[in-house]
Amino acid sequence: MDKKRKKIDIFCHELVPKHELLSKEEAEKLLKKLNIYPEQLPWIKKSDPAAVAIGAKPGDIVKIIRKSPTAGETVVYRYVIDK
Amino acid sequence: MTENIQKEIDKKLKELQKNKVLPPSIIEQLREKLSQFKITKKQFERIINEIIKAYKLALVEPGEAVGTVAAQSIGEPGTQMTLRTFHYAGVAELNVTLGLPRLIEIVDARRNPSTPMMTIYLEEEYRNSEEKAREIAQKIEMTKIENVAKNIEIDLVNKRILIVLDPELMKNKGVKVEEVAERLKKLKKGEIIVEDNVIYVERKTEKLPELQRLLEKIRNLQIKGIKGITRVVIRKVKETNEYVLYTEGSNLAEVIKVPGVDFARTKTNNIHEVAEVLGIEAARNVIIEEAMGVLEEQGLDVDIRHIMLVADLMTATGEVKQIGRHGVSGEKPSVFARAAFEVTVKHLLEASLRGEQDILRGVAENVIIGQEIPLGTGSLELLMYTLRRKEEEGSSG
Repeated sequence: MDKKRKKIDIFCHELVPKHELLSKEEAEKLLKKLNIYPEQLPWIKKSDPAAVAIGAKPGDIVKIIRKSPTAGETVVYRYVIDK
Repeated sequence: MTENIQKEIDKKLKELQKNKVLPPSIIEQLREKLSQFKITKKQFERIINEIIKAYKLALVEPGEAVGTVAAQSIGEPGTQMTLRTFHYAGVAELNVTLGLPRLIEIVDARRNPSTPMMTIYLEEEYRNSEEKAREIAQKIEMTKIENVAKNIEIDLVNKRILIVLDPELMKNKGVKVEEVAERLKKLKKGEIIVEDNVIYVERKTEKLPELQRLLEKIRNLQIKGIKGITRVVIRKVKETNEYVLYTEGSNLAEVIKVPGVDFARTKTNNIHEVAEVLGIEAARNVIIEEAMGVLEEQGLDVDIRHIMLVADLMTATGEVKQIGRHGVSGEKPSVFARAAFEVTVKHLLEASLRGEQDILRGVAENVIIGQEIPLGTGSLELLMYTLRRKEEEGSSG
């Protein structure tokens, strides 16, 4: 195998949707709007490759912009857990 | 005049998208359809209002049992699936598990699928010629010494191992004699002597078992390729007119590092591998793609929303969880719901030992108790203001 290693940006991959880190204010606003605790959101591990790539820390909320076959585009959120 | 209306329409559509009244896909369709007709502003407004009304009617209502509907919608077509395990998937030479066994594999989130498979796309300079594609294929395919040898045996008289290489096989796999010798040298198990297509491994030992062990080791020695990829098939895709590699075995993490591989499109059917390399969101997409692929291949028309719900549930905790005892169903917070699923006594016993509480929020536990389930009409509860009563109590007391 070649010794040359390619640098890989996982967000280039077709399967990986866009991930964004929410700021403290945005996160608070979101939780207020949904009227939930952050733990009630779906989770994402802090060791998840996508979470690592955007530098998310446990306690953060990640905004994910998915391409959806039904709605065209949907926004979901995941809460970063310490794992 | 018409331009004015066009601008008006554009503005309104953008506003709808921004305020999230309608999803982008519907707005896109609207824009396309509207451009075909000449309409007045009034007509446009009526159309929009009708569409918003229809869209709202089509939405799932709060308290609707989406999970049950999804289970039925996947379960019923599932009964019609063939139990036949193997079927060819685009490439005749590769067997891939499909049908019900594969669907079970997906929802069970097995760590290793029974037939792991990768679809590897190539970068521009490699995808157009078969020769270039073969170059990459040779780099990826795991080649052991036994794959290029005509014969490997123990020479008992001279206490050495004899490896007769097959020139044709070597050419096919892109292996040179020197490479094999080099790899054998690294083993440090004796002197290597190369004679044309024959390699001798001299081992100064009297013990036969030792020689036999060495023989086994040499047989399985990997010369080149990526671990786990046992076979590579090159195929030309008609639609895009490019060469694509299909593999038996899967190793996403290594394959994407190979120069010449188009990382962005390369896929595997191993869900856990995707979760590790590309993250939980990508794993969710693979679950949907794989499940839909199986259903479509069987000619079953299941709405993708049901599959999406399953995939969402399986990935909700940040890692891929199976639907079943060791995953979603086994981790429900309610004791009764868990007991109703599988291994009833174990759950009841453990719950009683731990003094667990059941807040009776789910469906199963309320059915057991004989209460109204919190779904549809039952999801509403009546609350009473006790202010007046307090006042009354206060005045009388």
